[in-house]
Amino acid sequence: MQPIHLAWVDYTILIAYVAFVVGIGWALARYMKTSSDFLTSARSIPTWVTGLAFISANLGALELVGMAASGAKYGIATAHFYWVGAIPAMIFLAVFMMPFYYGSKARSVPEYLQMRFNKPVMGLNAVGFAVMTVFASGISMNALAKLLNQLLGWNYHFALFVCSGVVLIYVLKGGLTSAIYTEVLQFFMIVLGFAPVVYLALKDVGGWSAMTDKLHAVAQNPMALDLNTKSFAPDAWTSAWKPLLGGSSANPMGVDVFAIVFGLGFVLSFGYWCTNFLVVQRAMAAKNMTAARNTPIVAAIPKMLFPALVILPGMLAVALTAMPDKDYRIPPPIIAPANYAKAVDVIKNTNPPNPAAEIKDVSDALGQKVNADKITALITANAATKLSDDQIKEGIYNAVAAYDYDSVIFSLVKKYCPAGLLGLALTALLASFMSGMAGNVTAFNTVWTYNLYQAFFVPNKSDEHYFWMGKFITVVGIGLSIGCAYFARQYNNAMDIIQLVFGFVNAPVFATFLFGMFWKRTTSIGAFFGLLGGILSSTLFHAFTFAHGNLPGVKGGYLGMKIEFPSEMAQNFWLAAFAFTVCFVLTLVISLATSRTKSDEQLKGLVYSLTPKIVDHNVPVWQRPAVVGTVLLAACVILNFIFW
Amino acid sequence: MGLDIRWPIGLMFTLIGVLLIGFGAVNSADSQRLGMNINLIWGVVLLIFGVLMLLGASHGSKTPPPA
Repeated sequence: MQPIHLAWVDYTILIAYVAFVVGIGWALARYMKTSSDFLTSARSIPTWVTGLAFISANLGALELVGMAASGAKYGIATAHFYWVGAIPAMIFLAVFMMPFYYGSKARSVPEYLQMRFNKPVMGLNAVGFAVMTVFASGISMNALAKLLNQLLGWNYHFALFVCSGVVLIYVLKGGLTSAIYTEVLQFFMIVLGFAPVVYLALKDVGGWSAMTDKLHAVAQNPMALDLNTKSFAPDAWTSAWKPLLGGSSANPMGVDVFAIVFGLGFVLSFGYWCTNFLVVQRAMAAKNMTAARNTPIVAAIPKMLFPALVILPGMLAVALTAMPDKDYRIPPPIIAPANYAKAVDVIKNTNPPNPAAEIKDVSDALGQKVNADKITALITANAATKLSDDQIKEGIYNAVAAYDYDSVIFSLVKKYCPAGLLGLALTALLASFMSGMAGNVTAFNTVWTYNLYQAFFVPNKSDEHYFWMGKFITVVGIGLSIGCAYFARQYNNAMDIIQLVFGFVNAPVFATFLFGMFWKRTTSIGAFFGLLGGILSSTLFHAFTFAHGNLPGVKGGYLGMKIEFPSEMAQNFWLAAFAFTVCFVLTLVISLATSRTKSDEQLKGLVYSLTPKIVDHNVPVWQRPAVVGTVLLAACVILNFIFW
Repeated sequence: MGLDIRWPIGLMFTLIGVLLIGFGAVNSADSQRLGMNINLIWGVVLLIFGVLMLLGASHGSKTPPPA
């Protein structure tokens, strides 16, 4: 893609947005008087605000870009990440787990583990989490700076430092409250910035049924578009469940129902939504118990509808690619201009035309596979009437037989947004990036200050000291993230490994919380070694498995390729299911073999059976988490049936 | 904490809405997509949203705004 030129109106929108988020930080600065104001918002925020922040912190730029990419690659089955992989877990968090997080007065999720078990269990969780947040924001910063560089021709370093600088200013000024408030603003910015793009693309394709018609044809012959190497049933891109019922070979995702329901829907989803402090922190900042419990409920409503905003564009991009008259294709991977020039020379200078040799030479010049039919057509056209260099280049661009799926969303922005709307959509991109990053930074500074610095290194200091440390570590955290961004830029493979390790760390963790909250017999030793065993077992599982098409190495199988999975996604889901089971069994067995160190009295408020049930009689029906949660679950089931 | 977030959200979208309407009206030809002046149309949507937010904030009502 050519860099996009921004007009003054686009810059004005961008600058207005930045001015407002920084302004919010400034306006809140005077309320920041204690470490608790800064790191936990002193539990003062209304439900609808924490609810939208909850969903916004999760809606980082990588999520936005990645879900559109998956929508193009796998179709509507991607929605399982929402309807199976998010909503049930969010409702479970609201109804069953928030009373313990909020009621225990823990300042963070790891701190709950310390209250329920002991410091080592908390430390294991806190260290993994702190490292993960820094790397996660570094990875997304790198991706954003690269994107701005490609899209707008901005300098990589400039983009990196300006974007993280803005986040630094408003988080440093207004702490968690500032992050949460701006996340609400960012939520609306993302929705209102991308909605017109989706609307225009849908209208251009000819509406929903025109899109599904196109996708039916594509599914039966995805080879024609080089989307996949085999054909599927017509509804492979347009039905969420039917293609899964045929087993992992019948859908482009390469997964089966068990992997989706247990691996994604239970282990990964509950592990993320119910234990990840990044999102749970938003609910813990709510002003009272009802507000805290309703936070994930409020968040579940937009989350349920997000597939229309983030997955649909990917499906539309495939449909548009299959419509020759729309002058659109999902962009190919970035190829250097010099390589295009070489390929143009091949077409121009081979006389007489010799398609077989030229296809190979063009492919070599680009370093990419090309569609033989399209190159042959280009050669024929050029032989008939001499084409200009630009025309040949465009022909070659359209013939590249590979896709950069991550650029789907921005290729649509570029196609459908005139100056004005373009500024709005780009601001929405920046907003999603900043909401994700601020989420990471505010979770990191709290865990570091309270759970590592205060708990292990420097206890018993004045609150002023920890307030100062919270601010100081915010600066350090952003500095470390910038470092990670450069590291990610330098060593792509190293980042793959790091993300994998996070997978290992996260996969089993839900078992620990489940036992901790719902079985008073769980011991600290059982929890610690169960968690550790779960992490080690996921590492081993990875070492002995690999995904179809991958060579042994970074992506698995380094200790011998024992089990083959049809796709990486299937490998991940099964890994999570395995690690969870190991952690579950180990925690259970070791707990039974060791004696409890905490009395029933000490566990009051921390374990389900020892805590008085919350009575919701004084709360209106529409504010009762169990009632609204049930309604939302029913709505989610209906959605699954509609797109069955 | 003493800031109603609906104020800045309302102000920002009102501002951007007005900007898009003005820009769309002046640059009508460049703002066309699929036969619509999309800047103008979306500017109106943003303006309505922004004004609703401002109204919500000024009434200080306890019910959540349209989300």
